[in-house]
Amino acid sequence: MIPAGFDYVRAESAEHALALLAEHGDEAKLLAGGHSLLPLMKLRLAVPGVLVDIAHIDELRYIRVEGDEVAIGALTRDRELERSELLQSEVPLLAHVAAQVGDPQVRARGTLGGSLVHGDSASDLPTAVLALGGSLVIQGPAGTRTVAAGDFFQGFFTTAVGEDELLTEIRLPRTGGLGWAYEKFTRRANDWPIVSAAVVDGRVALANSGPTVLRAAATEAALASGASNADAAAVADEGTSPSADMHGGVEYRRHLTRTLVGRALDTASA
Amino acid sequence: MSILGTRVVRTEDPKFLTTGGTYTDDLVEPALVGALHLTLVRSPAAHGRIVSVDVSDALAAPGVVAVVTAADLTELAPIPSGLPMFNPEMLRPWLASEVVRFVGEPIAAVLTEQRYQGEDAAELVAVDIESLPAVISLSDAASDTTVLFPAAGTNTVCTFGEPTPADFFDGCEVVVTQDTVNQRVAPVPLETRAASAVWGEDGRVTLWCSNQGAQQVKAQVSGWLGIDPETVHVKTPDVGGGFGAKIGADPEFALVAWLARHTGRAVRWAESRSENLTGLVHGRGQDQKVTIGGSRDGKVTAYALEILQDAGAYPRSGAVLPTLTMLMAPGVYAIDAVHASARSVVTNATSTAAYRGAGRPEATAAIERAMDVFAAEIGMDATEVRRINLLAPFDAPHANGTGATYDSGNYVGALDTLLAGADYAALRSEQAARRDREDVRQLGIGVSVYVEITGAAPSGTGEEAQVEVHADGTATVLTGTSPHGQGHGTAWAMLASDRLGIPMDKITVIHGDTDLVPSGGGTMASRSLQQGGAAVHQAAGELVELARKRAAEVLEANPDDIVVDAAFGGLKVAGTDVGVTYADLAAEDALLVRTTFTANAPTFPFGAHLAVVEVDTGTGKAVLQRVVTVDDAGRVLNPLLAEGQRHGGIAQGAAQALFEEVLYDADGNPLTSTLADYPIPSAAELPSFELLDMATETPMNPLGAKGIGESGTVGSTPAIQSAVIDAVSHLGVRHIDMPTTPEKVWLALQAAAGTAAREGAHA
Amino acid sequence: MDVTMTVNGVESTRDVEARTLLVHHLRENLDLRAANVGCDTSSCGACTVLLDGEAVKSCTVLAAQAAGSEVTTVEGLAAADGTMHPVQAAFRAEHGLQCGFCTPGMVMATVSLLRDNPSPTERQVREGLEGNLCRCTGYHNIVRAALAAAETQKPVSA
Repeated sequence: MIPAGFDYVRAESAEHALALLAEHGDEAKLLAGGHSLLPLMKLRLAVPGVLVDIAHIDELRYIRVEGDEVAIGALTRDRELERSELLQSEVPLLAHVAAQVGDPQVRARGTLGGSLVHGDSASDLPTAVLALGGSLVIQGPAGTRTVAAGDFFQGFFTTAVGEDELLTEIRLPRTGGLGWAYEKFTRRANDWPIVSAAVVDGRVALANSGPTVLRAAATEAALASGASNADAAAVADEGTSPSADMHGGVEYRRHLTRTLVGRALDTASA
Repeated sequence: MSILGTRVVRTEDPKFLTTGGTYTDDLVEPALVGALHLTLVRSPAAHGRIVSVDVSDALAAPGVVAVVTAADLTELAPIPSGLPMFNPEMLRPWLASEVVRFVGEPIAAVLTEQRYQGEDAAELVAVDIESLPAVISLSDAASDTTVLFPAAGTNTVCTFGEPTPADFFDGCEVVVTQDTVNQRVAPVPLETRAASAVWGEDGRVTLWCSNQGAQQVKAQVSGWLGIDPETVHVKTPDVGGGFGAKIGADPEFALVAWLARHTGRAVRWAESRSENLTGLVHGRGQDQKVTIGGSRDGKVTAYALEILQDAGAYPRSGAVLPTLTMLMAPGVYAIDAVHASARSVVTNATSTAAYRGAGRPEATAAIERAMDVFAAEIGMDATEVRRINLLAPFDAPHANGTGATYDSGNYVGALDTLLAGADYAALRSEQAARRDREDVRQLGIGVSVYVEITGAAPSGTGEEAQVEVHADGTATVLTGTSPHGQGHGTAWAMLASDRLGIPMDKITVIHGDTDLVPSGGGTMASRSLQQGGAAVHQAAGELVELARKRAAEVLEANPDDIVVDAAFGGLKVAGTDVGVTYADLAAEDALLVRTTFTANAPTFPFGAHLAVVEVDTGTGKAVLQRVVTVDDAGRVLNPLLAEGQRHGGIAQGAAQALFEEVLYDADGNPLTSTLADYPIPSAAELPSFELLDMATETPMNPLGAKGIGESGTVGSTPAIQSAVIDAVSHLGVRHIDMPTTPEKVWLALQAAAGTAAREGAHA
Repeated sequence: MDVTMTVNGVESTRDVEARTLLVHHLRENLDLRAANVGCDTSSCGACTVLLDGEAVKSCTVLAAQAAGSEVTTVEGLAAADGTMHPVQAAFRAEHGLQCGFCTPGMVMATVSLLRDNPSPTERQVREGLEGNLCRCTGYHNIVRAALAAAETQKPVSA
C-alpha cells in the first residue's frame, strides 16, 4: 500500500513551517515522525496535497529544566524521551510512558508533539501529559500562545492546535519527587492500549475511554476528599464513554478502568 | 560416524542473512524487465449483487494499460469445484460479475506500467453493489435462511458420517457435553502472495509464484487455462512461509498468466497484507460439539464429535478437512465407542483450507477438551483421567476405530516423560498455594496428549528424487519437496552425503522448478522427510550401487568388495588402496539415479505438552509462562531443524489458544484485516520452550522418521487453552473458547461468580 | 524530486516521486532487496533498516524524509571480506531463521537492540524485538541468537 501523490517540502525552521502552512492552506499537513500520518495515508484515509516535513527542525528538539518546569521541544523523539536521564529524574512518568509507545522502531521516529497533536484518545503520551498537567506552547501567524494541558484535547482527533499553527513546546512540572504510575492494558506488548491509566500528583488520566484522553474526575475528587485508593478507583469509570470493539465490550472496559486506576493509585502511593 | 542425527547448521542461511532471500517479488529476471503490475479491485461488500462496474475513469488514469473485468474472461471456464463431494453449484468466478460473496473477492484487474500507479487507478474503478444479507455465523449458514448460491438451494457443501445415534451413550454412568469453537484463524506467512508470468516465443509460459509445490500449481493452472501442461513452467523461488495456506494454486496465479498472454507483456503481482488477510485462505473454523461418557472411576467408554465446518464463500480444502478431524477423533485413547460426523457450510467469508495441522489440531482440541470436562465432572485430576484411558504402548499396527491405523506409539511414556520433566507435582503445589492465598494472579496448568497423522493426503505417500554425481566430484539432488523454511537444502544434502561419502558442501539441492523436477508432491502434511527425504536416501543408495558396479568393472574387482571411501572421494576395493573417484566415474558416463520412494502408509507422531499460564483475575489476561513438550517423531535427522519446527508449531498453537481469531462484524466486514488488528504474537508474548526428547521409530520408511512440521501446533493448542481454564477452574469456570482473550476470561469469571452467588442464595 | 542519501556507505541520488517509501526506494531504485514489505501498518518489522543509526521501519518512512541521512541495510552489515557480523553469525549458529523473510529486519533490529543494551536479559531481548514478527521460529532461537551475539560482542575483560 502506498499513499496518494503529494508535494513534499522540508521546513527549515518553525517560522518556515508556519509560512508553508499559510501558503498551502487546507492542502497542507505537517509531517513529524510520520507514524500516525503515513499509515493513514497508505490506507488513503488521509490525502494531503502538500506534506510539510518538520522533523528536521532541530531547534524544536530539546529537553531542559526551566525553573520548576521541564521544557521539551515538540519534535523530541520518543526514544530521546525514553533515554533522557533528565526526564528520568525530573518527570519520570513521561520517560516511562515514552518507553511504552509502540516498539523501538516506532519510538525512533515518533515525536512527542506529533503524538499530542494527532489527538488519538488511545495514545500513551497524551495520557501522560494530561496527568502531568503543565502547558503546551503553540505558535501561529498571530504569535505564540500557551494552552493548559487540560484544555488541549478538545474532541475526537481534535486539539487546540489550529490548521495554521504549530505545537512547539511542552512544559511539564518537575514531579521527580512524587509517586507516579502508568498502567497500560494491552494484549500484545506493542498494541495500542485497550485502556490505560496515568497517575501523578493527585491527577488521574485515562486513555481510550472517550473521544479524547480524559481525567477521571470522580476519582480525583474522591482522593481530594480523603477517600481510600480502593474507593477512589471504584468510581474511575464515571464520566467515561468507552466504545465496544473486538477487544472488549463497554462493561469490560469500565471494569478495566476501575481495576487499572486502583492498581495505579496503589503503585503511586506505595 | 554418520552425519545423520547431528546438529548441522543450515547451508541456506548465509544468503538469507547477508543479501536476503530471493522471493517472488524480489525477482529481477531479464524476462520480467518492463513487466506490467497487476492491482486487483476487490469487493468491499461481503454479500451483494453487482449493479455495475465502471472502469472508464481507471482506464484514463496515468500508466494504465488495461482494466479487465469478468466480461473479458468469458473464454475461461469457471474455476472447477475443488472436490467431487462438493455441491457442484458453488463455483468461484475468476472475477465477480453478478454476486460478490466475501470482502476481498476480486472484481477487476488493473494493469499499470508502474507499481505505484496501480493503487491510484484501482481506486477509480467504480463498483456499485446492492447489499444482500451477510451470513457469517455457522448456525446462520446451517439454517439456510439466506442461501449464498440459490442454484444449490442450500448452504451445505457436503456432509460426512451419520448423526450420532440417540442411544449412543446408553449405559454410561456420566455423560458430559460441551460446545466448543475451533476458531477461524489466518495463516499469515510473512511473505504475502505473489506471482509473475511471462510467455515466451516458444508458446510456453513461465510462472513464478510463492507456493508449497510447483508441480501441483502447474497441473492446476494448465487445467484452468485449458492448455497443455507441458507449456507451463512453474518456479517457486524462495518462499516466505506457507503453513498450508500456499498449497495449490490460487486463482490469482492463473489470472496473472492469462493477463500476461492477454496483454503480450510480462505481468507481476504482489498483494498487500490487507489483501492477504482477506484473500489468502484461512484455517480451522469449526464449531464442535463433544459428548463424552464413562464411569466415575475415570474410564471413558463413549465419545461423539459433531462438527460444523466453515468453508467460507467458495469451498476449497477446508470443506473436506473435517474428514481428517473425524479420522483422528479418539486420539491417543482406548475408547470402546467413538462416533464422528461433520457438515461443511458456506459463509460470506474468506475460503478456508489447510493451516498447520489441517484438521488434526481440531481433533486433538476436541478430545482433549472432552477429557478435561469429563475430569472436571467426576472431580479427578485431568492427567489421571488421561492416564487411565491411554492406549498401552504398541509397535504393531493399531486400528483406532475411526479409520486410522497407527504405526507405533508409546503415549504413556510420553506423558510420564513430560510430567517428570516439567515437575508436575511442584506446579500443582505452587498452584494450590496461590489458590490458598487467593492471589490476583493464579496459576494454570494444562496437559495434552496427542497423536496425529502425517504424510497422508493430499500428495499421496510417494515422492521422487534424483541424485547425480558430476565429473567435478560434486553432486546434485533434485527433490519434489518444496522447502519454505524447513531446511531441505541442508537435510537432503546430509542424507545424500551420508550414503555417497561426498561432503555436504559439494552437494546442491534443487527444488521448485517444474522443468528440472517435473513431478513432486510438494511440502505439506509433514510429509517431506519421511517421503522426500526417504526418496533421497533411496536414490543415493541406488547411486552407490550403480557406482560400485561401475567401479568393479574399472577396477576389475568383485562388486561385493567395493566400498565407499569418503576421504578418497570415491570407491575402493576394501582393504586396499586401489580405487576410483566419483569424478572419474562420472567423467566416463553419467552417474545418475532417478527413483521413487513409496511409503506403505502414513505415520502417526505423538507426544504430550504441558503449558503453564498465569491469569490475572483482575483483568482476565493470561500470560504464557512455560511450554514443555515431548514430541516423538521417530528418528530425528537433524535435531536443530526438528527443534525449529517444534518451536514454530508451539508458537502457532499458542497464537490460536491465546490471541488469534479472524473476526467479522454482522455485515461481514473483516475486523482483522491488518497486522495491527490481527494479533499474531511477538517475542514479547512468548516464553522460551522446553523440549524433551523421545524417539519411537516407524517401520514405514527406512529412515524411521515420522513428520514433525505440525506436531507442535497439534499438542500446544489444547494444552494452553486448558491451562487458562485450569487457572480459574477453582472459581467455577469449566470452559472458555479460544482465543482465551482477557475479556472472555473475565466474562467467564463473572458468569461463574454469578452462578456461585445464585447457588449461595438458594442454599 | 531528487533524493540523495548514503546507503551502506555509498552515496546515491535518484529522482523519485515524493510519496516513494524508503523501502521501495531501497528495493527498486537501489537494488537492495533484502528489506521486505510484510505489512502496511508498521506492524511486522520486516522492512527494518538503520536510519542514522536507529532501527526504523522503512515502510513508514518516505525516501524524502531520509534524504541527507545514512542508511544501513542487512546488505551492508558484513565486513568487506564477507565475514558476517556477529549478529548474522549468531542467527546462523542458533538456527534463528527458517523462511528468511523476517530475517533482514530481525537482524537489523537485533543490531540496534544490542547497541542500546550490550548485555540484555532474555526479557529485554523479547521486549526489544517486539516490533518484529516472525511466523516460523516461535522466536525461541532468535532470542538465543541475540543473547549469543551479545556474548560474542562483549569486550574481553582484562
